Amino acid sequence: MNTTVALASKSGLQQGGTGAPLKPGTSRFKMEGLRDYGIVFATLVLFILLALSSDVFLTRLNLGNVIDQWAPIGLMACAGTLVILVGGFDLSVGSIFAVSAVSAALVANSHGPATGIAVGIAAGGTLGLFNGVLTTTFRINHFVATIASAIVFKGFATVLSGGFLVAVSDATFQRLGTDKLLGFNYSVYILIAFALICGFILNWMTIGRHIRATGANIEAALLSGISTNRVIIFTYVLSGLAAGLAAALVASRTGAAQPNMNAGIESSVWAAILVGGTSLVGGRGAIWRTVLGVLLLAMIGNGFNLLGLDTLYQQILTGVIILLAVGLDALARRRSR
Amino acid sequence: MSEDIIVAVKGAVKRFGGVTALKGVDVQVKRGEVHALVGENGAGKSTLGKVLAGVCRLDEGNLLLNGQIVRFKSPRDALRGGIALLEQEISLAPSLSIMDNVFLGSEIHTAGIVHTKELRRRFHLLTQETGFHMDPDQKVADLPIADQQKVEILRSIARRADVIVMDEPTAPLTIDEARRLRALVKALRDKGTTIIYVSHFLDEVLELADSVSILRDGQLIRSGPAALETAETLVSGMLGRSSDLRYPPKNTIDGNKVILSVRGLCTPTLLQDINLDVRAGEIVGLAGLVGSGRSEIARAIFGRDKRSSGEVRIEGQLVAPQTAAAIDAGIAFLPESRKTEGLLMGRSIRENISLAYLTDVTTAGVVGRKRERSAVDALMKKLDIRAANAEAPISSLSGGNQQKALFAKWLFRGPKLLIADEPTRGVDVGAKHGIYALIRDLAAESMAVLLISSELEEVIGLSDRVLAMRSGQIVAEFEAETVTQEQILAAAFGTAADSRNRTVA
Repeated sequence: MNTTVALASKSGLQQGGTGAPLKPGTSRFKMEGLRDYGIVFATLVLFILLALSSDVFLTRLNLGNVIDQWAPIGLMACAGTLVILVGGFDLSVGSIFAVSAVSAALVANSHGPATGIAVGIAAGGTLGLFNGVLTTTFRINHFVATIASAIVFKGFATVLSGGFLVAVSDATFQRLGTDKLLGFNYSVYILIAFALICGFILNWMTIGRHIRATGANIEAALLSGISTNRVIIFTYVLSGLAAGLAAALVASRTGAAQPNMNAGIESSVWAAILVGGTSLVGGRGAIWRTVLGVLLLAMIGNGFNLLGLDTLYQQILTGVIILLAVGLDALARRRSR
Repeated sequence: MSEDIIVAVKGAVKRFGGVTALKGVDVQVKRGEVHALVGENGAGKSTLGKVLAGVCRLDEGNLLLNGQIVRFKSPRDALRGGIALLEQEISLAPSLSIMDNVFLGSEIHTAGIVHTKELRRRFHLLTQETGFHMDPDQKVADLPIADQQKVEILRSIARRADVIVMDEPTAPLTIDEARRLRALVKALRDKGTTIIYVSHFLDEVLELADSVSILRDGQLIRSGPAALETAETLVSGMLGRSSDLRYPPKNTIDGNKVILSVRGLCTPTLLQDINLDVRAGEIVGLAGLVGSGRSEIARAIFGRDKRSSGEVRIEGQLVAPQTAAAIDAGIAFLPESRKTEGLLMGRSIRENISLAYLTDVTTAGVVGRKRERSAVDALMKKLDIRAANAEAPISSLSGGNQQKALFAKWLFRGPKLLIADEPTRGVDVGAKHGIYALIRDLAAESMAVLLISSELEEVIGLSDRVLAMRSGQIVAEFEAETVTQEQILAAAFGTAADSRNRTVA
């Protein structure tokens, strides 16, 4: 009785996950409102602050650059959200990113830029499949499986490249990362398209429902005839493909790849997901949250640059914001008990 | 007079979001008594139990302990005040041993080093005192629910709590275990412990309680000596009307075709050579003790548990041992535990109802939201599921309505065979009868029904035929028309009949 009603009072929190609009007249505790829509509020406030305090912020060049920079993280974060929603966690995206970047550059040199980029993306998907199989068929805990595979994949990247920078001689390889359409890099459009696809999968497709069901209650999902293994594998493959795509963009932008490029990119990915408010408990969260999380982090970084603040503090601020987001989530849950 | 009141609430109001669970309740619990709280699901009895245990903070009114107003911040705080709560849901550390769990947080130690020997001695004393014989070193995760509950009881006794609040303590127990628990409650009382006992089982309440408080719709109907109550007065107090405990009339099923046919079904761990048929329109009840294999039959037929041999046929067609295949063949399965196996508690009613047959409203992988909505709305209307709308979270529904939502989920397509495992567990009296009528109606629409229940009265009242199980085998078959509870129990125990039984409100 108690728990059921207590959960009822969090209705907004759960509906928020499906992107359902706030119903007028729904009474809601401040705490839960803050938890539910805190990310929207924070992103808006920061946007307005930056717009007011910097002349450069709102220029097309600046916004285009910022989104271009954060597009790889955004791609991985959108797919990573699905992994978390299904009840998993992909700790290996950074390593998949490295393998994909190196293979894209190597194959670009041997078989041409287009093949290189395709192989880079496909390599990501393959490694994602590997993770999916480890966590389902072999029933290895998600964290354990992807920590181990992260180490293995990092090793692949080093072996493939011999530990050196792989420069791509064909300049057309750089077109994906540097060409512009209507004043914005391709990456901006790719990110938007990918986020929309992930949102569509989650909210409109059967597999999306199955992802949430698996994350929310795997036994109930199994007893509803859902092949939860396939659903879990799907999310890992998507996460791998996203890392592959992100790596192709970055390698193409710089015209080269090496196993240590963008080291630590995965922590920005998780930061974006968590700041957005997707819960590690499984089944609760949304793509739009992650997109806002990416934008918030991107604006924080941009703000430090534009306002000439010491970037040393940027990390600390980012960490504090994550703690705030996760802390609010926990607090809201405890309050409503 | 006031000094023998150990715990009391005055003007207790508790709200959860928009719902008011307690609307100004006054209850006084005397020292050393067993005080039962009864009421339908949603009447507020669990909430009141939690308030008395200091787990739930009041929005208005006061909690008094020994005449003093107290405000507990946490269960730990309450425990320090001498109040322990035995919750419906078990809260143990599964990877620790029984003994570690019993003394968790109250270990005897010197500078952090635990005195294992002393703990062992105390554990031994506890088991002697309670008659719960358990291996102190066994891991809690390996225990069945009934035993895990014993560990919880041992834990509160180990803390020497003055007041123990028990919320539906016998619900997961077998008849025999429940009887031992009742004896233990009496023993605890005789040693001076005050017990607040929240229960659905009226026989239990009448047997144990010194005082009874009846709640209805968040209000106290009356509070007084149990000796003045009977099952009938309790039920009429809870419902505000007299209850009708009759079951819906049975259908005729002679000559109907066989829907489910199971031959030689075995599972690696428990089931041996299970043979059974269920005809269209027939309700077959499976009775037996917990662990006898009732639920395992259901899970093996449904393809959720591994089969080692044997076959399952629906209308003569073999069904492959996978859940998806079973669903496609027309089998529906309402699992035993709504919360852990049935529902996605955080999601909406709509998402829960459409989950199993989502492909029926899907085109090329995309869910047809309109079709889904209208199908769900129609089912909610048909089964009279009371909710603001289909988008409300399923957790906001009462137990009875949640159960109906589970039925709705499986009626989305209309199965040939419905397996219902404990379909009325944790459901209030009114909703229970609604579910009986629903199951009967489905059978009348020539669905085959396999009913599993711990409540013998329910099995006999609702079924056409009853199969008794014992250690993984079907040991007897009875016509429900003529069988008695004693006969079924005798078969289930494999001994002379244990005639004790529980009447359920």
